[in-house]
Amino acid sequence: MIPSHAPFDPNQRTIISALIPTLTPEQKAWLSGFLAASQGGAVAAPAAASKPLTVLYGTESGNCESLADKVAKEAKKKGFKVAMKNLADISVKDILKFEHVALIVSTWGDGEPPEGAVSFHKEFMTADLDLKGLKFSVLALGDTSYDKFCQTGKDFDTRLAALGAERIADRVDCDVDFDDAYGTWKESLFAALGTTASAAAPAIDLEGFAPTVEYGRKNPFPAEVLDNQLINGEGSAKETIHLELDLEGSGLGYEAGDALAVVPVNSDGVVTAFLAASGLSGTEQVEVKGEDMCDLKEALTYKLDITGLSRAVAKKYFALSKSDELGEIVSDKNKSEFKNWSWGREVVDLLELFPVQKLGAQALVSVLRKLPPRLYSIASSPKAHPGEVHLTVAAVRYEGHGKARKGVASCYIADEAKSGEKVQVYVHKNKNFRLPVDTDKPVIMVGPGTGIAPFRAFIEERGETSAKGDTWLFFGDQRYTYDFLYQLELQDHLKSGALTKLDVAFSRDQPEKVYVQNKMHEQGEEIYKWLEAGAYFYVCGDAERMAKDVNTALIDIVAKHGGKSADDAAAYIDALKKDKRYQRDVY
Amino acid sequence: MSEEKKLSANEYLKIESNYLRGTLAEELADTSTGGITEGSGQMVKFHGCYVQDDRDLRANRRKHKLEKAYSFLMRVRLPGGVVSPKQWLHMDWISENFANNTLKLTTRQAFQLHGVIKSQLKRTVQEMDKVALDCIAACGDVNRNVMVNPNPHLSALHADTIKLATEISEHLLPQGGAYHEIFLDQEKVISSEEVVEPIYGKTYLPRKFKIAIVIPPSNDCDIHANDLSFIAIVEDEKIVGYNIAVGGGMGMTHGVENTYPRLADIIGFCTPEQVVDVAEKVLLVQRDNGNRCDRKQSRLKYTIDSRSTEWFVQTLNEYLGYEIAPVRPYEFTTNGDNFGWHQDETGNWHLNLFIEGGRVVDSPAFPVKTGLREIAKVLKGEFRLTANQNLAISNIPNDQKAEIEVILEKYNILKSHERSALRLYSIACVSLPTCGLALAEAERYLPVLVTELEEVVEECGLRHDAITIRMTGCPNGCGRPFLSEIAFVGRGPGRYNLYLGGGHAGQRLNKLYRQDILGVDAKEILKPLIEDYAKNRQDGERFGDFVIRAGYVEATVNGLDFHKNIKPEAIPS
Repeated sequence: MIPSHAPFDPNQRTIISALIPTLTPEQKAWLSGFLAASQGGAVAAPAAASKPLTVLYGTESGNCESLADKVAKEAKKKGFKVAMKNLADISVKDILKFEHVALIVSTWGDGEPPEGAVSFHKEFMTADLDLKGLKFSVLALGDTSYDKFCQTGKDFDTRLAALGAERIADRVDCDVDFDDAYGTWKESLFAALGTTASAAAPAIDLEGFAPTVEYGRKNPFPAEVLDNQLINGEGSAKETIHLELDLEGSGLGYEAGDALAVVPVNSDGVVTAFLAASGLSGTEQVEVKGEDMCDLKEALTYKLDITGLSRAVAKKYFALSKSDELGEIVSDKNKSEFKNWSWGREVVDLLELFPVQKLGAQALVSVLRKLPPRLYSIASSPKAHPGEVHLTVAAVRYEGHGKARKGVASCYIADEAKSGEKVQVYVHKNKNFRLPVDTDKPVIMVGPGTGIAPFRAFIEERGETSAKGDTWLFFGDQRYTYDFLYQLELQDHLKSGALTKLDVAFSRDQPEKVYVQNKMHEQGEEIYKWLEAGAYFYVCGDAERMAKDVNTALIDIVAKHGGKSADDAAAYIDALKKDKRYQRDVY
Repeated sequence: MSEEKKLSANEYLKIESNYLRGTLAEELADTSTGGITEGSGQMVKFHGCYVQDDRDLRANRRKHKLEKAYSFLMRVRLPGGVVSPKQWLHMDWISENFANNTLKLTTRQAFQLHGVIKSQLKRTVQEMDKVALDCIAACGDVNRNVMVNPNPHLSALHADTIKLATEISEHLLPQGGAYHEIFLDQEKVISSEEVVEPIYGKTYLPRKFKIAIVIPPSNDCDIHANDLSFIAIVEDEKIVGYNIAVGGGMGMTHGVENTYPRLADIIGFCTPEQVVDVAEKVLLVQRDNGNRCDRKQSRLKYTIDSRSTEWFVQTLNEYLGYEIAPVRPYEFTTNGDNFGWHQDETGNWHLNLFIEGGRVVDSPAFPVKTGLREIAKVLKGEFRLTANQNLAISNIPNDQKAEIEVILEKYNILKSHERSALRLYSIACVSLPTCGLALAEAERYLPVLVTELEEVVEECGLRHDAITIRMTGCPNGCGRPFLSEIAFVGRGPGRYNLYLGGGHAGQRLNKLYRQDILGVDAKEILKPLIEDYAKNRQDGERFGDFVIRAGYVEATVNGLDFHKNIKPEAIPS
């Protein structure tokens, strides 16, 4: 009912939980309006004469977009004249028109901006603008396990100031678990903008009216596993799991293209080894920021990332261990070396290599970041599988420094999420990965490995909507016989017409490596024809190499078969992006 | 042949295939499946390939959302089994990159690749083409690979017979361009219909057709398992001509008594110059008279038995336009291989190795694949695949023998044939997991069974006494089971028919001794017979002859007699 982390004590929780189900929708609406009014209305001051606020965002996974949306809504309530803009949709000069800017942007991979914000970022960093008079604040999203943490946010923050804009609230950098940091930033932003006060009337936001129990990021839904099926054949070097979850009763809805966040659980074996290395028993009471006290073992199992060894974690641990060797490793001069050193290592290796005498449980907890949920591209169309959601998950297992290592979430799914078990999930919208609304449009999808996931959803969707447009899938993996994910389903889709064309690349079936981009080249003429006919082009999967190679291949194809110069081909691809005809879901 | 009978489905496939094209090219290009349709499955055999699937994996494939684990067997045509070192090296490379890392040496002196997936089929053919190898007509209703005794003693005779085998092979090769178009991307050659297949016509043969050339006293190619054989008649170390044997064949179907293995009839003699003509005309008599309605009655053996041998000879003479000469005397003493080193009349050396089950694959104790690769890199001679799934390294110049021996020693191959004679004289077909016809294990199980029987043989002091033992997964006869002294023919998982009494030189068919036994019981069943043989055999008496004299089985006189005179105790009540 009321999620355990909601700010109520158990007694309040019981009372509220008992009350809510008895309320009619009208009563709920009245109550929510009443409560909202009693909060803001008491100090009602005249509305600021509609101060303009532009919320700019650059988004990859949709997190920045949803935070932008949140801050925009709140600003509206406070009486601002709010405009919300995606960096992908504006030009650098547009920024001259703004007075107050709240910029929310994430960082990907090796310090790169989100796909849609790349060209804006590039131009802005070199643009010669006078931004005197502009007031701004930046919220940067990132992941501390990457070296260039929040780099894009930092870039914008520095550049805005350099061009003369006034930073009215300090930039806040958020880790994967961004709620608290967002809250802090938002408060200081609004404080700086002036307590312009809310609109005269308390908003009764019926539009956003919530069901009795709202499942979501704050309150994941415990979905029952309907099926957990290995979909590589015996003899494969890969381990890909097709997971089917029951969403019945969750109120969670999704569209083909969305992602599902899975809240993982650290495995018993990993927790036990971690405890053994720490010299702690696990029964020590600890507090994880923002949560109730619990014993250490519970915190290590459910709440903390006890494997990911980022430089940030190593530095914090160095503060405890004070080992000279570790100091050397985390020193700034060895920053670039750290990645090599940490490859194949986990936090437990820190505990073992640089033991701390009488390590305190709370001190240990303070080193660790919160266990982040993992996003998986949804592999099902809700129209084809009502009440269910499917995932395609590659179990990550490897050996590092003599130890068997495993991906936290993927192996949790592979090993623990068996039929009948429950997995905590919520839907993560990805508005930037959608089939064309016009079902007559052709689509080309490139999804090797688990990159096939959203395309299984797309193809199902095309089938369910009897889309007239042609659908073309490029799939690839290691070996045809063992790794042709969803082969039988794809055969059926070819027969039904939901899938028109299928090209496959299996890298280990011949002496030379063959990848999807090689198959694209073979079909270059046809691809260009499809693009000219208005095709939408989608890529899903590995960001580091595949997506880049596919992008290069696409530019080459457009150049070759469109008879264009390299620059013109790149411009053609940029135009595709602008038109949202080139969408990527890469990780 | 009653005209009103319906032709078998394969006949229509052939007629409609436009000379073996069918829809094969389109189906090979379909990336969504690793298989092909049944009709194309028949068609691709003419191009040397069988579509198969890994039967070990069948159970779970659907659960994994995968179709059957399809792959292709590719059989490489090698007249007489002769392979140059360069060809060996390339086939070895192909097997590592496109097949299951093994080379299978077949009972018909061909290479077989297993596990070639559809997407790599064309590429594999193209790779073979680089070293002048092909798989044209290695299977299908055509003349198959022509066999020749790899005679190590007399190089001149071998040279003559290889030349002949190659001539026959080329002469009887399908001429249509389908193979080159489909697999080698060659342009379609437009030609008038009559010249497309001057010998075969649109419908090719009613069934497969097998030819062998043997040099007595070795019957290693098993003339009685071939539709047509030429038995070299040697005078003064020169081949003066060949006896002609027709209508041999192995295949039968369990429970269908009008199917049976059959001994060939030795019908006459021809000169070396006449051989190609005789081969063509025997094939034509079969083309025009073989049963095209029932594929279980379509081999030459049934064509002959459904009329008579006299009819056949008369018809052949009519086709030839002259009469074949009377049979000359000859004698066979063995159908096994002649293991070890031999020096020929020119001074060159030949080493006949033992390759268990014909499977060239590395094992820790016997890294034969690597060893042969190293030899191929330096060998000045050639390789010869034997008719018993073994391999001869041949024509090693005298001054290279020592160098080769060092490599053989290094890879533990030199003593490949220091095994029990029972094992050396064993043959197993491929069977499970890839063969679609297999009813029981063969290649994977016979070595295990031989190990069990070796205990008995050793106890009886028969380690050096050759007994031919063969195991096949089904009764179609790839391993020529019905010509061995002991034969296991698969009936069902773990179950076999046990046949005894074949001639040691492959001159007599065996007879059912026990129907439907468990493989695991074989040792106990055979033990008393082997003990009896050890104690009571006459001087030089072979096991196959002994079991008949001792009354364990009746002798099989010819094919029609194969299912008769079976002892009541052979069949469980």
